Amino acid sequence: MALSIIHRVTGIALYVGTLLLAWWLIAAATGPAAYANVQAFTTSFIGRLIVFGYTWALMHHLLSGLRHLVWDLGYGFKANEREALTWGAAIGGISLTVLLWIVAYMIGGGR
Amino acid sequence: MSLPGSPIKSMRTPLARVRSLGASHSGTSDFWRQRLTAVAMVLLMVPVIVVVMMLLGRNQAGAAQILGSAPIAIIMLLFIIASCWHMKIGMQVVIEDYIHGEKLKLASIMANNFFCIAVALASIYAILKLSSGV
Repeated sequence: MALSIIHRVTGIALYVGTLLLAWWLIAAATGPAAYANVQAFTTSFIGRLIVFGYTWALMHHLLSGLRHLVWDLGYGFKANEREALTWGAAIGGISLTVLLWIVAYMIGGGR
Repeated sequence: MSLPGSPIKSMRTPLARVRSLGASHSGTSDFWRQRLTAVAMVLLMVPVIVVVMMLLGRNQAGAAQILGSAPIAIIMLLFIIASCWHMKIGMQVVIEDYIHGEKLKLASIMANNFFCIAVALASIYAILKLSSGV
């Protein structure tokens, strides 16, 4: 199944993306100038694209991982169940990403 | 331990070589910890998303005040530890699957450990600094 390799690829993307998270936290602990640099990047077009991609990778990896936990418990191995779990993770990941960004724009835009 | 096809014969049977801790030398501890940290992050996901939403559009002073408060700092610390541990194990599985040369494999696993520990410690340092207000 293609979703299996996507679980890996999103995992690797999240791995590299922790550099951005670490940079953001260190900047917050450093001072206004350092934090402004992070904000300049994350509000730029390429920065938003990366953070959007990161949100999707996280949501997809989360749901795809839950699917693996269901399998670890010994459920969901029938063909139709596997299909449902896989499609659920794929569609759910995209839906949650879009939903989170709508909420983020509503909250962030209000500040 | 003799390599396959090696003229040097080992006294140990294949079963003895993999018994107890197995070929990974660490048994199933990584398998268990991968799931432990996964469940931890499932539980932490909603609080972490709430924290990130609280920080949107705020300047450094506002962000530092929020991240430095005790409950939020603790949520962030738990999430940092779980995620860095989880990604260390996950990347090691990927390395073991795709890199077959022993030396390159060991070097990659070492680099993976260094990266994950460095990211974890840098992030933890930042949260503790924000919490102590130094």
